[in-house]
Amino acid sequence: MANILAVDDSASMRQMVAFTLKGAGHVVTDAEDGKHALDIARGRAFDLVLTDVNMPVMDGLSLTRELRKLANYRFIPILVLTTEAGPEKKQEGRAAGATGWLVKPFNPEQLLATVKKVLG
Amino acid sequence: MSIDVSQFHQVFFEESFEGLDAMEMGLLGMQEGSPDMEIVNTIFRAAHSIKGGAGTFGFAQVSEFTHGLETLLDQMRNGQRDVSSEAVNLLLQAVDVLREMLTAVQQSEDVDCWRVNEVSTQIEALLGSDSDLPAAEAPSEATASGWLIDFKPHPHLLQTGNDPIRLFNELRELGQLTVTLNSAGLPAFSDLDPEESYLSWQLALEGDVSLAQINEIFEWVEGDCDLTISPLASADTAEVIDEPVAVEDMPSPQAEIISEPAQAANTVKSTAAESKKAVKNDAALASIRVSTDKVDSLINLVGELVITQSMLSQLGENFDPSRLAQLIDGLEQLERNTRELQEGIMRIRMLPISFAFNRFPRLVHDLSGKMGKQVELQLSGEQTELDKTVMEKIGDPLVHLVRNSLDHGLETPEKRLAAGKPESGLLQLNAYHQGGNIVIEISDDGAGLNEDKILQKAIEKGLVPAGEQLSADKIHELIFMPGFSTADVVSDVSGRGVGMDVVRKNINSLGGSVEVVSERGVGSTFTIRLPLTLAIMDGQTIQVGDQKYIIPLISIIESVEIKPGTVKNVTGKGEVYTLRDEYVPLIRLREVFNLDVGSDTLDEGLLVVVEFEDRKVGLFVDELLAQQQVVIKSLETNYRKVTGIAGATILGDGTVALILDIAGLQAMYRDPALAKPLRTIQAA
Repeated sequence: MANILAVDDSASMRQMVAFTLKGAGHVVTDAEDGKHALDIARGRAFDLVLTDVNMPVMDGLSLTRELRKLANYRFIPILVLTTEAGPEKKQEGRAAGATGWLVKPFNPEQLLATVKKVLG
Repeated sequence: MSIDVSQFHQVFFEESFEGLDAMEMGLLGMQEGSPDMEIVNTIFRAAHSIKGGAGTFGFAQVSEFTHGLETLLDQMRNGQRDVSSEAVNLLLQAVDVLREMLTAVQQSEDVDCWRVNEVSTQIEALLGSDSDLPAAEAPSEATASGWLIDFKPHPHLLQTGNDPIRLFNELRELGQLTVTLNSAGLPAFSDLDPEESYLSWQLALEGDVSLAQINEIFEWVEGDCDLTISPLASADTAEVIDEPVAVEDMPSPQAEIISEPAQAANTVKSTAAESKKAVKNDAALASIRVSTDKVDSLINLVGELVITQSMLSQLGENFDPSRLAQLIDGLEQLERNTRELQEGIMRIRMLPISFAFNRFPRLVHDLSGKMGKQVELQLSGEQTELDKTVMEKIGDPLVHLVRNSLDHGLETPEKRLAAGKPESGLLQLNAYHQGGNIVIEISDDGAGLNEDKILQKAIEKGLVPAGEQLSADKIHELIFMPGFSTADVVSDVSGRGVGMDVVRKNINSLGGSVEVVSERGVGSTFTIRLPLTLAIMDGQTIQVGDQKYIIPLISIIESVEIKPGTVKNVTGKGEVYTLRDEYVPLIRLREVFNLDVGSDTLDEGLLVVVEFEDRKVGLFVDELLAQQQVVIKSLETNYRKVTGIAGATILGDGTVALILDIAGLQAMYRDPALAKPLRTIQAA
C-alpha cells in the first residue's frame, strides 16, 4: 500500500480524499497548501502526491514545480485535482511536471480508480 | 467499495460559509477600477472551492450556480474584465444567493429557484453570450477490431512521473496486446543517462476498442511522446464498418465525466433526504468551534489539577500536624488550579466579537448606498472576546444602533460639505475589555443629537412637562424613553416601532448598559457595556439578619455609614437618604424579605447605594461580607421567576444565597404590590 500526500485547501475535500484512500489501505498525510505540503514532502518520502491547483500561499502547480526539483520527487507521480479540464490547463499542469490530472468533481470511486491506475 | 460522502457535508458547509464570509469581506473592500489582485484571488479561490466541493458532495444546483460566478471572477482575475461597482454588487447578491442555497441544502429544504434564476440570469447577461460552456471537443469515435500504436516517449517522459509500463498495463485491459520493443535509440552504456527514456515501442492491440479509449490512456503523456495510432490492417475491417450504430452510441470520455457525478449526486440526495431530521437538528447553531490552543491549555490545566490532587491525597494518607504548611500550600495550589480551570472553560465559550462585527461592512455598504450617503466603516478590537450567548443577544441591538447612526447620525454628502466636513462620513465600531466587562462603542462623526428637536418631541409626547429646563445629558437620555422617535419620516432603515428604549431594555436584560455622548455638529458615540459572560458574575456578599445575599458588583456605586439626620420620611415615598445633594430612596432589605432577625436601627447597619438605569436606591443591610465571583444558577429554571431576585448561587460553605435584581427591587419600591409574592415565598 502506498504512502500518499494529499494537498487541498478545502477541509471537506481533504477529509473525503483521506477517508477514501485510507479505506483502500493507503497511508495518507494531508496538507492545506503548497507551502505546507512542500515542508512535509522535504522530510519524508511519498509514493504519490495529489494536489489541488487553486490554493492560498502556494498553488498546486508551483508545488509540482518545487517537488520536481527535489531528488526524491523527480519520478514520483504527481496528480493535480482540477476543476478546469480545458487543454490549456492540462498543458500548464504538464509543463509544471504533473503526471496527470483528475477532474473535479470526482467521487470516491473515481479517485480510487485513478490512484490505482497511477500506482499500477 | 461505496463511500457515503454525506459524512463530509458538515465540514463542507462550515468551510463554504466561511468562504462566503471571506468573499463578502473581499468584495466590500474592493476598489473600483484598480482592485487589489490578492483580494480578487482570495474571492476567486473561495468561489472555486465552493464549486468544487458542491460538485463533489452532490449539490449540483450550487455547483452550477457558482460556475457563472467563478467565470466572472476569473475574468476579473485575468484582467479581462474591469471591476465595476455593478459587477461587485452583482457578486454580493450572488454571495447572498449562495448562502441561501447552502442553508436550504443544509437543512434539506427547497432552494428558492426564483431568486437563483434571477441572479444567475444577471450574471449571464454580464458575461455575455460567451458564458456557455465551451463545446466539448468532438471525440474521435472511430473503432476498429484492433489498433497499431507507435509510441516513442520523449527523453524526459519519466520525469513527469509517467511510466510506459503502466500505460501498457492499461492497454492490456482493453484487449490482446503485443508489444515490440525498439531499442535502437539506446546509447552506449557510458553515455546512458538513467533518468532519460531512450526506448520506443510498437504496440498491437487487438479487440473491440475505440480510438477514444486509447487516447484516454495516452492522455497524460500527450505532448511528451510521439504517438501514432492507426487501425490494425485486418480482414475484419469490413465488419467494423458495418457497425456504425454501435460506434455512435459509444460514450465520449467527456460525456462520462459529466454523467457519473450526476448519478452520484442523485444517490447522495436520497441519503440526504433520509437523514433530513438529523441534519436539521445538527445545524451549526448548537455547535461551537474552539481553537486547538484553548483545548490544549485546558488539557494542561487538568494535568496540573491531577498533580495537585495526587499530592494532596499523598499528604492525607499519613497526615501529621507538622506538615500543615505543606497542606496549606497544596490547598492554595488547588485553588489556583480550580480558578485557572474555570477561566479556561469559560474561555471556550468566548468568541471574538468579529463574529458580530462581520455583518456590518455589508450592512453599511447596502444601507449607505440606499440612502445616498458616503460612509467609511472602521472596525477595531475585533479580536476582543465575549461569551457566545451574549454575542448572540447583542447582535440585534448593535444592528439597530448602527442603522440609527447611518440614518439619523451621518449626513448626506451635500450637508457634510456645507458643514465643512469631508464628504464621506466615518462610522467606527470599537470593542475592548475593561474590568470584567466588554465595552462596545459605536461612534459617528455626523450631526450629533439635536437637543432642541428631542426636547420638543418629548414635550409633545408628554414625556417631559412643558417649559422644563434640562441639561444636554438629560435630553440625550430621553431618546431611550419608551415611545420616543424623532425621525421625521419613519424610514425603512431605522425600522419602525422599535426604538432606542427596546435597545436599552435588551442590553439591560443582559446585565449591561448603554449610554450616549453627543455633540451637535461633531457626532455621537453610543457606549455599550456588557458582562463578559452570563454564567459568572462579580458579586458583593451582604448579610441581612441570618441570610446572605449577593449584590451584582457592577451596580454598586458606594457603601456608606448612615449618619444621624440624613434619613427623612417623605410622605408617599417612604424613607429617603440624603446623599450629598441627592435624595436616594432607602429600601430596608429586612422588610423586603420579611426576616425576623436583623437590625432596624439605621446607624447599626450600612447603606449600599446601587444604580440601575441612572436611578439610585440605597439598600439597608446589616453587614458587607466578601466580594467574590459567583456562578449564577437560574431561579426560573429551578423554581419560578421572582421579582427582585435575579438568581441564586452556592457559596463556599455550601449554603444558597439569592442574587438581588436591582431593577426588580426598584420596581417593587415604586409599586409595593409587586413585593407581595416575595413575602409569601419567604414565609413558605
